[in-house]
Amino acid sequence: MIALDRARKVFNQGKPNEFVALHETSLEIEADRLTVIRGPSGSGKTTLLSLIGCMARPTSGRIHVLGREITSLPERFLTEIRRKTFGFIFQQFNLIPGLTALENVILPAYPTGEKRSSLENRAAGLFELFDLKSKTRSRVEWLSGGEAQRVTIARALINDPAVVIADEPTAHLDSKLSREFMDTMGRLRDGGRTVLIASHDPLVYEHPAVERVFHIRDGRIDGDGR
Amino acid sequence: MASWIERQKNVLDFTLSSLLRRKGKNLALLAVYTLLVFLMASVMLATSAIRKEASIVLREAPEMVVQRTVAGRQDPIPVAYLEKIRDIAGVVSSDSRLWGYYYDPVVGANYTLLVPREEEPAPGTVAIGAGVARVRTASAGDTLEFKTTSGDIRELAVGDILSTDSELAASDLVLVSAADFKSIFGAADGLATDIVVRVANPRELQTIALKIAERLPDARIILRDEMLRTYDAVFSWRGGVLALLLFGVVLAFVIVSWDKASGLSQEERREIGVLKAVGWETSDVILMKFWEGAVVSLSAYFLGVLLAYIHVFFFSARLFAPVLKGWAVLYPQFRLIPFIDASQLTALFFLTVVPYAVATIVPSWRASVTDPDAVMKGIR
Amino acid sequence: MTRRTRFFGLFMLSLLALFGLMAAHAALSVRGAGPALREEALLVRRLELTDLCLSTEANYTRHLSLADFHTAFQDHPLALEHFPSGALLGPSPHLRRSHGQLD
Repeated sequence: MIALDRARKVFNQGKPNEFVALHETSLEIEADRLTVIRGPSGSGKTTLLSLIGCMARPTSGRIHVLGREITSLPERFLTEIRRKTFGFIFQQFNLIPGLTALENVILPAYPTGEKRSSLENRAAGLFELFDLKSKTRSRVEWLSGGEAQRVTIARALINDPAVVIADEPTAHLDSKLSREFMDTMGRLRDGGRTVLIASHDPLVYEHPAVERVFHIRDGRIDGDGR
Repeated sequence: MASWIERQKNVLDFTLSSLLRRKGKNLALLAVYTLLVFLMASVMLATSAIRKEASIVLREAPEMVVQRTVAGRQDPIPVAYLEKIRDIAGVVSSDSRLWGYYYDPVVGANYTLLVPREEEPAPGTVAIGAGVARVRTASAGDTLEFKTTSGDIRELAVGDILSTDSELAASDLVLVSAADFKSIFGAADGLATDIVVRVANPRELQTIALKIAERLPDARIILRDEMLRTYDAVFSWRGGVLALLLFGVVLAFVIVSWDKASGLSQEERREIGVLKAVGWETSDVILMKFWEGAVVSLSAYFLGVLLAYIHVFFFSARLFAPVLKGWAVLYPQFRLIPFIDASQLTALFFLTVVPYAVATIVPSWRASVTDPDAVMKGIR
Repeated sequence: MTRRTRFFGLFMLSLLALFGLMAAHAALSVRGAGPALREEALLVRRLELTDLCLSTEANYTRHLSLADFHTAFQDHPLALEHFPSGALLGPSPHLRRSHGQLD
């Protein structure tokens, strides 16, 4: 489904602070599975996710998404693929303050030119699903940690993506919420989506819903379990 | 088309929320911007109104005025010169004019004393302009004192007060009889202030003027055309202090725009990163930034021009009065007529709205083409 | 359409409406000023005036078109401009054309 072919990422190439975030990596993420990339901080997990999620280009090597090579695509097409194929859940939530939960959720779809009312309907469905109905018109600053987390999940799903990517999603959650989060991810996978999570939290990679774990250390994939 | 409109509406909505999030800063920006537009528009509106009124009203000015210069200064012209002018072919009439400046020590104002050719006031009476009446709080029936060159005081009774409609032309005028004029200024009989000439064919004006210049070597000639062009030039924005004022305002604009263009705050950068990460293209981000600039500059433009209009045409450009008035005591209270020059307002629009909208896009362009993975890392 | 967008839309529309009102007011005022302007023009003709009374500070700011090169410096060659309005109201274009035919 998503394949990396000797993908490599170097930052500040040619400058004194040059740094190889990801050494030549080849791996395959299978469709409709819940995969975890496990490793300590600074291991290159985030870089790997960026490359997979079309958020950055590899310095060398190739990346295939749904059978299509995306490495050499112009930015415009890349963004379109990113918007249609991937939904992101960030470590720091990255919700826009001053906007309501609803507005944050439909934000990714603003540039598509879809009618606002239809966007709000779609969002309403997601709010139902994640038990956020009462918080639709609340400003995101007033949400609890768990509620904000659920809003970011809803936002990731607004464009009905095939792949959900989460970067250290449980970093700011307690164990109960972490478990709930992983349950939700499992349900998404059951609903026919591919889920990819980067985390060094045992509550994540030891969750029963997880099907594949890749270990990453110092920019290299170590081995993979399961 | 409908989806294009929806896209604009959605992006605009996000832009507005973004602006409202930094309400204080953006309101201050709007205020400054509006003030700059207000100043520029006020100058534009006031100068074009004066220019237009001058061009209409001074069309009735004398076709030619002949002065005499001695040692580089204007000197009284001998009445005998009239003969030398009258027999030039094409001259319909040539008459002497009696007028001069009178400094009134009572209030410290300067008046223009003039002997009118028609309806000369009876000796002992004067007609005064509205400005004079104001400054001396005089009304019909009051007397005004004039000091003569021989040291006597001459009391003249106020007859008519010239209408306030003509303040722009006649505010400081004091119309006197020839006899009173001569006794106040001690003018000798054979001399006049200058000569006005009327010609049969306006196209011959230059030729006749040349002939007069030949016959009267100490004469200086001013044509009506030149009088009209004076006001056109003085009140065009390319001249004098007005240009300086405009330059100052444009400089202020540049500073405000530069401040905008020189960079984004950390927060703004992060916001762009999030937008890119959730699927906004570079062009969407640029669109948002454009709206950000347009909202502020469009509002500032309309508000500024409206306020300038009210300032110039309802309050007679009160803010500029001190500049024109200077140290003078007598200042005409004129109500300008709103001759609006649409091309000027359009030029102002392009001068203010466009640069600012562009200036807002410039710093964001760089941030928006960067890969959004910086967001994933958490921008420090 | 959100409340924000609606409010902004209304705001811009009202500004545009005021702008229209301003243009209408200007047009009406210009038309209405006809008689006053004619009267003023008649006065200029009757009294043979050559300048507008914009400033009564100095003779070269009062009668702009009649002022000559030397008036401003009549007291002394180094008598630089000391009247505020003289800085604003510069010399007429026909003065700056030196050695003109009629000088």
